[in-house]
Amino acid sequence: MEFLNAFVALSNYVLIPGIAYGSQLALGALGVTLIYGILRFSNFAHGDTMAFGAMVTILVTWWMQAQGISFGVLPTALLALPFGILGTMVLLVVTDRVVYRFYRQQKAKPVILVIVSLGVMFIMNGIVRFIIGPDDQNFADGARFIISARDFKAWSGLDEGLALRTSQGITVITAVVVVVALFWFLNKTRTGKSMRAYSDNEDLALLSGINPERVVTYTWLIIAALTTVAGVLYGLDKSFKPFTYFQLLLPIFAAAIVGGLGSPLGAIAGGFVIAFSEVTITYAWKKVLGYLMPEGLEPDGLVQLLSTDYKFAVSFVILLIVLLFKPTGLFKGKSV
Amino acid sequence: MKKLLLASAASILTASGVYAEDVKIGILVGFTGPIESLAEPMAKGAELAMKEVSDSGAFMDGSTVTPMRADSGCIDNGLATSNAERLLADGISALIGADCSGVTGAVLQNVAIPNGMVMISPSATSPGLSTVEDNDLFFRTAPSDAREGQVMAEVLMDRGIESIALTYTNNDYGKGLADAIETEFKKAGGEVTIVTAHEDGKADYSAEVGALASAGGDILVVAGYLDQGGLGIIRSSLDSGAFDTFGLPGGMIGDSLPKNVGPDLDGSFGQIAGSGGEGIEKLKSMAGDDFDATSPYTPESYDAAALFMFAMQAAGSTDPAEYGPKIMEVANAPGEKIYPGDLAKGLQIIAEGGDVDYVGASAVELIGPGESAGSYREIEVQGGENTTVKFR
Repeated sequence: MEFLNAFVALSNYVLIPGIAYGSQLALGALGVTLIYGILRFSNFAHGDTMAFGAMVTILVTWWMQAQGISFGVLPTALLALPFGILGTMVLLVVTDRVVYRFYRQQKAKPVILVIVSLGVMFIMNGIVRFIIGPDDQNFADGARFIISARDFKAWSGLDEGLALRTSQGITVITAVVVVVALFWFLNKTRTGKSMRAYSDNEDLALLSGINPERVVTYTWLIIAALTTVAGVLYGLDKSFKPFTYFQLLLPIFAAAIVGGLGSPLGAIAGGFVIAFSEVTITYAWKKVLGYLMPEGLEPDGLVQLLSTDYKFAVSFVILLIVLLFKPTGLFKGKSV
Repeated sequence: MKKLLLASAASILTASGVYAEDVKIGILVGFTGPIESLAEPMAKGAELAMKEVSDSGAFMDGSTVTPMRADSGCIDNGLATSNAERLLADGISALIGADCSGVTGAVLQNVAIPNGMVMISPSATSPGLSTVEDNDLFFRTAPSDAREGQVMAEVLMDRGIESIALTYTNNDYGKGLADAIETEFKKAGGEVTIVTAHEDGKADYSAEVGALASAGGDILVVAGYLDQGGLGIIRSSLDSGAFDTFGLPGGMIGDSLPKNVGPDLDGSFGQIAGSGGEGIEKLKSMAGDDFDATSPYTPESYDAAALFMFAMQAAGSTDPAEYGPKIMEVANAPGEKIYPGDLAKGLQIIAEGGDVDYVGASAVELIGPGESAGSYREIEVQGGENTTVKFR
């Protein structure tokens, strides 16, 4: 019973939020890593692209809600998601044609592209704030819980409750579906293979007749889908506020770099490493240890390594450690 | 001939128009920011008092009062300071505000003291403002949080709560209030399992709630803002089943909280500066459908405006240096008790050289360094609404 209580408390406050947050980070990091691998620069506009995709989805969701269209127990935002992806695809392809293509033709150094992406970030940031405003927006509907803490307590008779929100369930399932689809695309389809070839060796790919502009366009289309899905899931699970997407940039980059830039598998692993480090290091273990330790040995203090204020510092520290000791990341990506 | 004309014109001017003037009073509250849902009724409360006085014709030989609004942003010191400076440049004679404690301190230090402007804040409650060196320029119709700490401890004890977890918004207001609650509750024999700060404006509070839940406690006291982190903490706590009942100090009381959280908030309780009785009832009927007179700090705003105008009347001047010392005089006994709607009567009495004891909508009684003694409404959320269950 004690052990079960400890496990439930741990799941409720660490495992479930960690897995959901990790999935969101992994989707974001996959996008960053793809851009780094194929287009060869770090895209700082990534967080704000997520915000843009989420914003389009929210606007369509509100329209659907006004029309009385709903998705039963699931949030309406899932129905609006394809429209959000389409909107983001248009934005990204236009940005590429107007901005990035010029620098690509100049054969600009990656560091110049990074600065260019910083400018794009500010513009996207402005667009999102201009259209939807800087405030919190609520667009979640449908059933809020798969398992609610009160129901779980009543059902199991344990002291600890376990809550699983619908948004958390959807996040994990969607993340798995998207990742499987992406890997299938990269490994099995012709276009996917040409993208990998272009990533491995640009000149060789050109010699074998791969059209670089086509590869670039496809990459942006995939990025649009990834960012919108990640942005909407984060917004559904937490809340939509343009500024928080900008803040997400740090953990997302940390995840991509820890996993190894350019390695899709690494991005996923990195996402979960960062998410669980943030959650476990700032978690107060008193409750869990209180159940597990023998009588009399329970801790009096909170057993918290770092105050929750320093959550973002955790990803920063991990980033530093990885860059110092293993610059290529866990999965042997390209060194930064 | 020309000289004669000029002289007569000048004499007419001095004879008729010199006394009646248009007095400008600034209203500096957070129309944007974490308590934006409270700001609109606060400003309207103050404006109601000004309109009442202007319409009466009894104020300083028929002078009128014009309100001038500006945004304090509640937590944005730069914005509040520059807006206060703008109000001064526009020629205000008195400043109602600011609202939140941090910006109030900043405006006091950077604008009011250097310019000798008198401020009455309707809602800044940080204990730090009681001891600040203010050259007698700062007053407040809201009580200090040190007093709120005592009241909260009493409420908790009366409800048989033995241990609390405490989280506060990471600024002057939150820290001051949390310290007061912790000290008073411990003094009363209660246990505080954890005191932790939260930042406003984050998307996700599950980590903070995880720490609070781990420390445990009968209820969670959230000394935050109802439109900001406070709401996030409560939502996240309810979602994860960490706490069912919440203690809600002043910054968390407002109609938007029960509306945003839903039925799960029922049974949570707290307190906010305010009083029952004649004053508030009168203000309610005067406000009608225009605004909600019971919205937090709205009566205090009405009272702040009224105090300014009474003090000006008593000093016969709109110069802050001259009317400032009169504020305590008109607010406290002895004298005729004045309630909302009676402002004309009060002005008359003062003009005739009599004494008034302004009671107003929030039972104003200024103590010590010029702050409200503090009566509180005990609130319980029942059926999705903030219900006043008791006055303390």
